[in-house]
Amino acid sequence: MAVQRLVVEQVRLALSSNQAVAYAVRDADVDVVAAYPITPQTTVMEKISEMIANGEMDAELIHVESEHSALSAVVGASAAGARVFTATSSQGLELMHEILHIASGLRLPVVMAVPTRALSAPISIWNDYSDLMNTRDTSWVTLIASTAQEVYDTVIEAFRIAEDPRILLPVMIGYDGFAMSHTYEPVYIAKSPERIREFLPRRDRVKLDPNRPVTMGTITPPEWYYELKYQQVVAMNEALKVVKETDKLLGELLGRDYEPVETYMMDDAEIGFLVYGGVYGTLVEAIDTMRSKGFRVGAARLRLWRPFPVEDLVEKTRNLEKLIVVDRAISYGARIAGPVALEVISAYYYEDDAPLIASVIAGIGQRTITEDDFVKLAEVYMRKGRDSPLYRESIYWGVRGVEVK
Amino acid sequence: MDSQLPTWRELPLGGVILEPGNSVRRKTGDWRVFKPVINQDACIRCLLCWVYCPDGVIHILDKPYTSSKGKTWDVTLEIDYDHCKGCGICVEECPVDAIDFIEEVK
Ligand code: SF4
Ligand code: SF4
Repeated sequence: MAVQRLVVEQVRLALSSNQAVAYAVRDADVDVVAAYPITPQTTVMEKISEMIANGEMDAELIHVESEHSALSAVVGASAAGARVFTATSSQGLELMHEILHIASGLRLPVVMAVPTRALSAPISIWNDYSDLMNTRDTSWVTLIASTAQEVYDTVIEAFRIAEDPRILLPVMIGYDGFAMSHTYEPVYIAKSPERIREFLPRRDRVKLDPNRPVTMGTITPPEWYYELKYQQVVAMNEALKVVKETDKLLGELLGRDYEPVETYMMDDAEIGFLVYGGVYGTLVEAIDTMRSKGFRVGAARLRLWRPFPVEDLVEKTRNLEKLIVVDRAISYGARIAGPVALEVISAYYYEDDAPLIASVIAGIGQRTITEDDFVKLAEVYMRKGRDSPLYRESIYWGVRGVEVK
Repeated sequence: MDSQLPTWRELPLGGVILEPGNSVRRKTGDWRVFKPVINQDACIRCLLCWVYCPDGVIHILDKPYTSSKGKTWDVTLEIDYDHCKGCGICVEECPVDAIDFIEEVK
């Protein structure tokens, strides 16, 4: 049965992903924004502050002295019942780390955009996903977008997921620093924010209210703490269902469909790649090139990182002979050092049939991954069978002095 | 662990305490190693202990008291031993050493 599409009227603008974030935050009717500037996040806040100054957006913008304070400020505002937003990258996200756990532990629906960037030292202002991957265990629902359009849509969706009474967890939206944050693409945004705001109803939740006093963030002795952490486990697992539900509703509203794992030319593919973020566009081009030469290759993209969509991933990649997972972050000291690759291997552990899974590290510090890299990687793995050491540990693609044979 | 305690399902999300002022139910008196005891005769009712007590467990009662020297005070100070943690701050702050600090014995 055809789904009825209740598509809202939209206008097409040329926006960077950072600007798309700002428009989404405006349309979501956010009350409080706090931020500290860091490359490549800065233009998110520039745009938001411009909108507030121009009277296009009715929100408090709190200028703080660090990212630790930025997240603390929105945690406080969220505790008081406000709809809140912040954004950061790289070292800023690291400095927020303590408060990441506090936002989720207090079950506050904070939404944060993270144009991802490599970590110091040495200093790199360029892109990879080391910052975002370091937040894996902070109990934030984490989505990774691959276009500016998806960034706009996902930030809107994030508020609904975060504020869902079954979830009440913070949500992070990652996307490639620079390659997306500062690159202009056509983006459709709602012509008027009214319908977006209907999509994001203000829901009642426990908050700091002098008329109904509550205490948040108490010291919690051993006989209480574990149960509260288990509540987070349950909410995180539940979030998989809620994200999918929200994807559907968002599709009906904006006419664009998203899934936790998206694929391209996967049906009859023998070799498949799994990536995340903006590099998916490059990958899809590479697949077209390889297909035109008769190679049965396909692409998959992880859009939902936490909770990890095990079943979606397995369902969409199980018929492959080989699955090459390309990570742009390193878990130092792990034999499989790609965070997503590790997760994929663990997802397949209980399956009877699994493709041969390869972990490739690439794109570190924005060592740009080109179409040609995907073609060459496909050629390498096409020749390699189960016995090859290339499946036993991560390969570091593109490092001078490392040869992959 | 105590099986009488609520499970994860019953606890408010994030460990929020929904009932204001329920800390009185948490008796912290058994943390004490030393017990402050006010010598009502020596006490000059300056109320410094009342100000300094971090737990607010020194109460000023509307109870007149006449000392052995015949001086009458309008109030008596009493310590709530269910919640006094025995930190000794009142002992330290009392300007006339009117609070004894006595080791708790079982
Ligand atoms: S010992 Fe500490 S807690 Fe007890 S009454 Fe004195 S100041 Fe208060
Ligand atoms: S500080 Fe000493 S003198 Fe002053 S009220 Fe307390 S016990 Fe009495």
